[in-house]
Amino acid sequence: MKGGRRSPSPAEAGLALLFLLAAMPALAHVQQGQAAGFLTGLKHPVSGLDHVLAMVAVGLWGAQLGAPAIWLLPVTFPMVMAFGGFLGLIGVPLPGVEIGIAASAILLGGMVAKEARPPLGLAAAMVASFAVFHGHAHGTELPAGQSGLTYSIGFVIATGCLHATGIGIGVIHRWGWGRIALRAAGAAVGAAGVFFLWRALA
Amino acid sequence: MRKRVLWTSAAGALLLWSGAAHAHLMTTGLGPVYDGISHLFLTFDDLLPAVAMALLAGLNGAATGRRALFILPAAWLAGGAAGYLSATAPVPAGVTALSLLVLGILTAADRRLAPAAVTALAVILGMVHGWLNGASIAAAGREASGLVGIAGANFLLVALVSARVVSLKRPWTRIAVRVAGSWIAAVGLLLLGWSLSGRA
Repeated sequence: MKGGRRSPSPAEAGLALLFLLAAMPALAHVQQGQAAGFLTGLKHPVSGLDHVLAMVAVGLWGAQLGAPAIWLLPVTFPMVMAFGGFLGLIGVPLPGVEIGIAASAILLGGMVAKEARPPLGLAAAMVASFAVFHGHAHGTELPAGQSGLTYSIGFVIATGCLHATGIGIGVIHRWGWGRIALRAAGAAVGAAGVFFLWRALA
Repeated sequence: MRKRVLWTSAAGALLLWSGAAHAHLMTTGLGPVYDGISHLFLTFDDLLPAVAMALLAGLNGAATGRRALFILPAAWLAGGAAGYLSATAPVPAGVTALSLLVLGILTAADRRLAPAAVTALAVILGMVHGWLNGASIAAAGREASGLVGIAGANFLLVALVSARVVSLKRPWTRIAVRVAGSWIAAVGLLLLGWSLSGRA
């Protein structure tokens, strides 16, 4: 090695050639399916009544429970729901998804109807466990040719807006008539959940 | 000699591992700098992690926000230059998902981080995404000055978003930032699933 550079051996040259051939090209292409993916993701959560009612019920319950649940539930729910979607995407099966979604409407509606106040950890765990079912069922239905990223953005925004709707409606909890109306709404969600369960089992 | 073999092997492994650089390049007709500016604001793969970084820096206070303001664009530019010169993308395509997941979770948790930790995150984010941008620009045969537009747009974004977050005083507004962080983390987790399933 002293006194200058030596020529590469055939083995070294062959190895370098192999690396060069194995390197993948950088692909330049125009983005496709971005807007369609976003709109599909945005529409998907509001296209199923079972999902809509359960998400709104989460917001209603959060409004009934007050701080810190009113912000803890909307912060944790999207991440746990996405975890359910992640499980679905990587092929982990979750049996009884439709039954789980129907049960979420029954139990969340029941909690709102009873104006139940369990410990915060229990409420968060209950909502989180249902979120997995919703994410598994709804977070993975991307039509071919559309962008997974913008679909995910639309899906998460729509779900968050449903929570916000529930919290917004829940503002009426400060008035006596509003508390009664909220409990009636919870009972309606629970009744709808029974219908969804019957349909899932039929 | 042994050291050279090690370096050669490492470089080779890096080349073999390299993924395709998915260029989402814009053409405004106004030149590469404006193409770069529009790229950041129209490409969610880069925009969303940059927004998450700005939110996180803002939540950690004015001093940290000022650091991120200069470090993120500088790292993006440096990574972009390196990527442009190498013209390969030695990072997996799922890097956007990981950026969103990590920054989103940290924003949602609203834990006070050491300024050095936020700086390190800004450096890593800027270098990795800048590298991908630079490699894409080189592969498309575009001018490297587009990177200046991307870095400049990053500066503007961090300045506006971080300053807004720093100025938030009411508790619920800070919670709104945390909710935004949880949404970003959720998008990152779903995107990671799409990447792993090969359907992104």
